[in-house]
Amino acid sequence: MHDDSGVLTGAHFIDGDHACSEGAIAAGCRFVAGYPITPSTEIVERIAERFPFVGGVFIQMEDEIASSIAIQGAVWAGKKAMTVTSGPGFSLMMEHIGYAAMTETPCVFVDVQRAGPSTGLPTMPAQGDMMQARWGSHGDYGIIALCPNSPQECFDLTIRAFNLAEQFRVPVLLMMDECVGHMIERVIIPPAHEIQVFKRRYYHGPKNELLLFQPDKDLVPPMVKAGEGYQIHVTGLTHDENGYPNMTVGAQAKLVTRLVNKIRMNADTIIDYREDGVEGADIVVVTYGITSRTAIPAIEQARKEGMRIGHLRLVTAWPFPEKRIRELASKVKAFVVPELNLGQMVYEVERLASGKSKVELVPHAGGTVHNPKEIYAAIKHLVKG
Amino acid sequence: MAETVVKRVKGTVVIAAERCKGCGFCVEFCPTKCLELSGQYNSKGYHPPVLVRKDDCTGCDICGMVCPDFAIYGFMKKKEKERAR
Amino acid sequence: MGEDALYTIDNVVPPNPIENLLRMDRIPHIWCPGCGIGTTVNCFVRALQTSGLDLDKVAIVSGIGCTGRVAGYIKLDSFHTTHGRAIPFATGLKLANPELKVIVYSGDGDLTAIGGNHFIHAARRNVDMTVILINNMTYGMTGGQVAPTTPISATASTTPYGNFEQTFNLPFLAESCGAVYVARWTAFHVRHATKSIKEALTKKGFSFVEILAACPTLYSRRNKLGDGLDQMIYFRDHSEIKHGADTKTVALDFQGKITVGKFVDIERPSYQQLMYDHLKKKLGDQYIPSPEMKNVYGKNGN
Repeated sequence: MHDDSGVLTGAHFIDGDHACSEGAIAAGCRFVAGYPITPSTEIVERIAERFPFVGGVFIQMEDEIASSIAIQGAVWAGKKAMTVTSGPGFSLMMEHIGYAAMTETPCVFVDVQRAGPSTGLPTMPAQGDMMQARWGSHGDYGIIALCPNSPQECFDLTIRAFNLAEQFRVPVLLMMDECVGHMIERVIIPPAHEIQVFKRRYYHGPKNELLLFQPDKDLVPPMVKAGEGYQIHVTGLTHDENGYPNMTVGAQAKLVTRLVNKIRMNADTIIDYREDGVEGADIVVVTYGITSRTAIPAIEQARKEGMRIGHLRLVTAWPFPEKRIRELASKVKAFVVPELNLGQMVYEVERLASGKSKVELVPHAGGTVHNPKEIYAAIKHLVKG
Repeated sequence: MAETVVKRVKGTVVIAAERCKGCGFCVEFCPTKCLELSGQYNSKGYHPPVLVRKDDCTGCDICGMVCPDFAIYGFMKKKEKERAR
Repeated sequence: MGEDALYTIDNVVPPNPIENLLRMDRIPHIWCPGCGIGTTVNCFVRALQTSGLDLDKVAIVSGIGCTGRVAGYIKLDSFHTTHGRAIPFATGLKLANPELKVIVYSGDGDLTAIGGNHFIHAARRNVDMTVILINNMTYGMTGGQVAPTTPISATASTTPYGNFEQTFNLPFLAESCGAVYVARWTAFHVRHATKSIKEALTKKGFSFVEILAACPTLYSRRNKLGDGLDQMIYFRDHSEIKHGADTKTVALDFQGKITVGKFVDIERPSYQQLMYDHLKKKLGDQYIPSPEMKNVYGKNGN
């Protein structure tokens, strides 16, 4: 049984999709709109089952486009909201990721990645949406994307996704994959009072002084919700601080620069990565999501053979830990980047290594995970070379 | 019971000439045909309406309803009152 | 002077009764001379003023296009969303806070072409919202392309030899999908349209008002139909009021007869009322609706 706040405190043996649903509930999400798509469907199924007991509203919309904008309506009505999808649906949601970025609507998009392009391999894993997560909507904007590698992290990072969305008023993308989504493991849900939930910041000042998009020092404006008598105007057009369209070069530069900078300038507080044996390593394996787990046997094997191998796992894919990779580039001989795609995040590593160290991709077209031997082979090859 | 009754309702219009785009809706659909487009121009080069037959205006506000530019509206004035018998 | 002082043709602009609901700092608006959208805004504002609704709890949502700009001129909580998606945004807004009265105000292309899927599903679910659709039979903002509402044989920039596609009969579409209130008027029928909008605003469920309005710049001129005034005169001379008309019979053709009136006004529980009642019935006291849901839907029965 869940407690009054809806949190299902206790130890559970559940998959990543279900853990994500519980994370959303624990984070205070009370509106979910979704459309069935493998391998993400279990998230909305559990939400549909749980929401009537916790004061939430779930609606299965007519498509992903509708889902991704319905949640934004709910946010402006005062709720925390999320939508859930996989590759093809994620593609359909791109315009509304841009709308959320432009209108600074805090919300969470979950993408349980499967192999593409197009319908691809609906029931099989991939990590092919990583660059789409960063650049998928047109125009310039800042974004946050998180990569859980276990059901426990699906729970934890869903909460963090909501907190970051609220703190920076951005859409936050939870980049799961089919393996993590369908993997069943022990998930510990702490008591509600131990879960940190970021409370939405609202403007409470006088109506005539409201500037809806006037940022605070952290470049983030406080929210105002509909129905409070503030007569707000929200538009996807380039707008001024008062929310009114202002289609000029100056307004564009001011607004879009801030949308990018509020993530860039706060990157240090957002970025999260885990390191294992990186100090003094000759080679660092950079991983994220399920690949961080397939890399471990390879790393252990190499270490057994005396190679000095570090492991850096990205928890936040975006913003990318630029400083850290740049720093390591002048210390290590090479980076190995296994990905369930034919090369995406590896380009970021390459850009930051900027020739100071070698960067080797271990590609995989998706459908299953790497055989650790492939990652081991790449490590060994670099050590020899 | 009533102290007074309205004997005759008379109306008038208020025109925001600068907002007018000269579409002529108000002139055409005025039930008493009391408006005409002016010979003068506003600063955008449109001919705004003028109330030429003031006594005919009933203040019905059809002009205000059809005006797409919020540039005119009518209202009724209680013109003359007399004691009820 | 006296009374005559109220009549002004100088630069001083005295307040219009609708101004308390317009964002006057954004007027003049972008619409062309003779465009009927502004006329429909008069009807809407006057309907709203007499509706008795708490205006702090009214939100207006538009999509993209000429009519999509309406939200930006109305002094309510107003949302200018993406192309075609006003209805799903409004659905989220309404579901999350049913204490809001949610109005969608957008154009024919926005709501029935790119947004057609959302239109039919919101009507089917009977989501509690009022949809005001301004039908100018073309895509005005982008330069007069063919729309699902363009009459057969009319010329558009993308049908240079005339349109041969079947035209949507919107009242029939709305009714067959489940709308509980369906009316059609033209920009000429200002009093009727105002009354219908007011009825729609106070109706529970998916209410739909279509208003035909001229696009003189990109539809009328290309089709040699004169200016905005000529189109208004056509609306006046070719409209027939038939309340309760079978919506199957109200399709539009090129410069033909226009059937207007209130076609549908029925009762059917709204989506959220059904959600509330159903979950209450199935789950009993275990059902915890949101506080707003409980306030609005907890009163009726159960």
